[in-house]
Amino acid sequence: MTGKEYRTITDVKGPLVFLNKTEPVAFGEIVTLRLSNGTIKNGQVLDTSDDLVIVQVFEGTSKIDRESGVTFMGDVFKLPVSTDLVGRILDGAGRPRDGGPEIVAEKKADIIGAAINPYSRQSPNDFIQTGVSAIDLCTSLVRGQKLPIFSASGLPHNDIALQIARQAKLKDSDEEFIVVFCAMGITAEEYNFFRSDLERTGALENAVLFVNLADDPAVERIITPRLALTAAEYLAFEKDYHVLVIYTDMTNYCDALRQIGAAREEVPGRRGYPGYMYTDLAMLYERAGIIKNKKGSITQFPILTMPGDDITHPIPDLSGYITEGQIVISRELHQQGIYPPINVLPSLSRLMGSCIGEKTTREDHKSVSDQMYAAYAQGRELRGLVAIVGEDALNERDKQLLDFSGVFEDKFLRQTRDEDRSIEETLDLCWNLMSSIDTKYLVRLDQKWIDKYHPDNKA
Amino acid sequence: MSNEGVIYRISGPVVTATGMKAAMYDVVRVGDEGLMGEVIELHGDKAVIQVYEDTSGIRPGEPVLNTQETLSVSLGPGLLTQIYDGIQRPLPTLEEEMGVFITRGVDADAFDLEKIWTFEPQVAVGDSVVGGQVIGHVQETETIIHKIMVPPTVTGVVKSIESGDYNVTQTVCVLEDGTEMQMMQKWPVRTPRPFQQKYAPDTPLITGMRILDFLFPLAKGGAAGIPGPFGSGKTVTQQSLAKYSDAQLVVYIGCGERGNEMTEVLDEFPHLIDPNTGKPLMERTVMIANTSNMPVAAREASVYTGITIAEYFRDMGYDVALMADSTSRWAEAMREISSRLEEMPGEEGYPAYLSSRIAEFYERAGRVETLNGDDGSVTVIGAVSPPGGDISEPVSQGTLRIVKVFWGLDAGLARQRHFPAINWLNSYSLYPQSLDQWFRDNIAQDFPEIRTQVSGLLQIESELQEIVQLVGSDALPVDQQLTLEVARMIREFFLQQNGFHDVDAYCDIHLQYQMAKAILSFQDAAKSAMAGGAQLNDVVNVPSRSDLMRGRFEKGYIDTIADMVKKMTDEIADTVEEN
Repeated sequence: MTGKEYRTITDVKGPLVFLNKTEPVAFGEIVTLRLSNGTIKNGQVLDTSDDLVIVQVFEGTSKIDRESGVTFMGDVFKLPVSTDLVGRILDGAGRPRDGGPEIVAEKKADIIGAAINPYSRQSPNDFIQTGVSAIDLCTSLVRGQKLPIFSASGLPHNDIALQIARQAKLKDSDEEFIVVFCAMGITAEEYNFFRSDLERTGALENAVLFVNLADDPAVERIITPRLALTAAEYLAFEKDYHVLVIYTDMTNYCDALRQIGAAREEVPGRRGYPGYMYTDLAMLYERAGIIKNKKGSITQFPILTMPGDDITHPIPDLSGYITEGQIVISRELHQQGIYPPINVLPSLSRLMGSCIGEKTTREDHKSVSDQMYAAYAQGRELRGLVAIVGEDALNERDKQLLDFSGVFEDKFLRQTRDEDRSIEETLDLCWNLMSSIDTKYLVRLDQKWIDKYHPDNKA
Repeated sequence: MSNEGVIYRISGPVVTATGMKAAMYDVVRVGDEGLMGEVIELHGDKAVIQVYEDTSGIRPGEPVLNTQETLSVSLGPGLLTQIYDGIQRPLPTLEEEMGVFITRGVDADAFDLEKIWTFEPQVAVGDSVVGGQVIGHVQETETIIHKIMVPPTVTGVVKSIESGDYNVTQTVCVLEDGTEMQMMQKWPVRTPRPFQQKYAPDTPLITGMRILDFLFPLAKGGAAGIPGPFGSGKTVTQQSLAKYSDAQLVVYIGCGERGNEMTEVLDEFPHLIDPNTGKPLMERTVMIANTSNMPVAAREASVYTGITIAEYFRDMGYDVALMADSTSRWAEAMREISSRLEEMPGEEGYPAYLSSRIAEFYERAGRVETLNGDDGSVTVIGAVSPPGGDISEPVSQGTLRIVKVFWGLDAGLARQRHFPAINWLNSYSLYPQSLDQWFRDNIAQDFPEIRTQVSGLLQIESELQEIVQLVGSDALPVDQQLTLEVARMIREFFLQQNGFHDVDAYCDIHLQYQMAKAILSFQDAAKSAMAGGAQLNDVVNVPSRSDLMRGRFEKGYIDTIADMVKKMTDEIADTVEEN
């Protein structure tokens, strides 16, 4: 089939090219387009029939005319994979961007990926210490989890993601992660920030970067995360690596999805996003996990910016229904000058229960986490009340909780960008901070932990 | 026209074929690899097919073969303990056939066709039998007898009947007219299985969750909806129901949800013990797992596969509970297919027939007189995942119009770590009237009255809280402060329940009643002590009260609670003398 070039384009609309009078073309088949000026573009078949074929062009349709030649390559999109990928920087369509040679393929992997049989999965339960107190204590990360960062424009989500990438490790282990970094529509400045940080710390040698920047074709963003995950799956499930996939920014990905939907004149769902966006996102997020009898794992850290800080916007909403929790970045905390500005109250790790406790972190972890959370939540609520009735109207307990909420933000949340706290340090810090509250108000702490860990009893 | 046509068009999971004789909902085999699909629309010569597997790489011109059958499930011994995908292929078999990733073009029998079961006949030669009648028993698991029934459409006189060891495809019974019957039968998933009549439900499905059993009970044969935003505990609640409810059989459908979550269920259930029988939970469970990244058309089919299996066990006279998590993903699958068909959309892009499909699905719940005169039920509990937690959206609204029980999950409660995060102010159950007699007869004569008092207190609390928000609780008169304290006790001691705690996760219904009574005893004792001059603070802080409240985490609480209440009321009475 390869080789035959058609000049039967009838329509070009947005990122889509329509053509007719072809031989049978496969659904999902890869296409190259040769423009009259010699430029080569790539695309993929979105709809195929005897009469009409719709091709989505990754590099944008600029300069495509009815004279352009279209060749069907006879195969679906595949990424050449091999361990040579590690240490390389590729563009959003999988071509070298670092001036290095083409990847010598050990094999070619279908980028759509297949669903992992739920029966073949293994439950994730290895605690990952990120060194960030708010995450380790309240939304513990587990190897094989997909835990997005819900952020918004102007917030330091990139610093947090990088800090996690730098510091993440299994407790009591030096085993390092391979970082697969996938940029979708971020600015060159942001990209340089990521790259120079990875270079500075030497992590770049253990990383694979797939980069689609803001001025790269939007439609290419549809395949960039799929390339990244295909590389991740190969490294994890065939080469036994533990892979941490960071992708940013999911909002740009979803907007590209909407762009194609609109060009196809599809019936839109909420806010113009396609009705199949849940399934589409699931096809990315669900590629995290651990498989029985395989050594490697894929842990995902998607970053998305919530338009208008709105957590009910379709992108964070649908993501939240698929991912196993979320880390929410707060503008309010950021404006108070607190880094990392993680709001633990709406943050959640669904897999936390399986990874904390005596065997993995420390016996008092659950109890301390619950108490810190509850005290902070009550303290925050009291701030609202104080604004109305004044601090004098509070009773002793409420006063202590109110003060604690400030201490929580200032001493517990706040840490520097290269401060790597072990989980023990985090828990000891919690006990120190909680000692400002009378023990009789610490109802969520088991007495036996108070006896063992409370500073009053330790001394 | 023949049964074979060719592919004309492919657009994602939707394929159009031409030149093929087809009827609606015929199952077809698509392309060279024979992918399974179902006819969902006819346009002249063209048949539109939804395909249950990934369609990448398929080309126009490849063949399509009509099997002339409708999408059906296999029913017979071997169903229990199985884990299926949306079209009843066992996941362990798929793993053997294609490895850990689900690829395509693989067929798998729903259960082991070669496995030998011991068939004990229940009819004799010369007996006349009708559809639904039990002709034999098979002990499928330790707790469940699988009743082999005459297919609903068959009647006749028994010419021969076997006894002993057979596999599911061997003939065990022949009728005078030559009809042969095997232990396995098939039934089309989109057609409800017939029954004689529906009864009004009059028995509660006891779940062991206090807020559900006590305040918002669900009847066996009823339907309930659990809407809630992400992170509010839908899945944990559904799993608790699957674990502890007193249904005899459970069908659990993981419809478009997380892979890791299904793995957790698959890991956990074989080790969990059914509190009602003492046997492993898996022995009464059939699981269907079609995660969010598995083919969307199979997700659409998964709820039908599940409910047909549930109805089949109902027809044997069992009480079956079906959990669907989440029906929103099912609705989204319909939306996705509908949009590929370029149908005119209704609200939010969902097809216009969304609400009627939802209604049809929940209508398959019910307590019935089966064809053989037995009494069986299917209880349906559907989770709903409204976007942004806003239940004014079409799936939530379509569900609420049809179900009689609404368990509204609340993100605010979840954030306060109040679990189960079911909002007691907006949830409801329309069953109490029909169930009250059962509660009076089986638990306590005054059960409904106690419930009314408890929910009344919660209502008053919500009104008082509005005042407290403005002026602080110290500004209230002491009797209202006491009411707040009692309501707090209801929330923290009674409504909150730790689904992961060995003891607290399941609360016996008799104990629920005792606990509710204990709270009211506290209220009465406190009132009379305060009338005698005691201070609210002293009354609230009697040490035996916190002992009572902690007791729910201890085994044997049901035996000690009465003494603890007595001790508490005595101590409260003593606070009068101190003054």
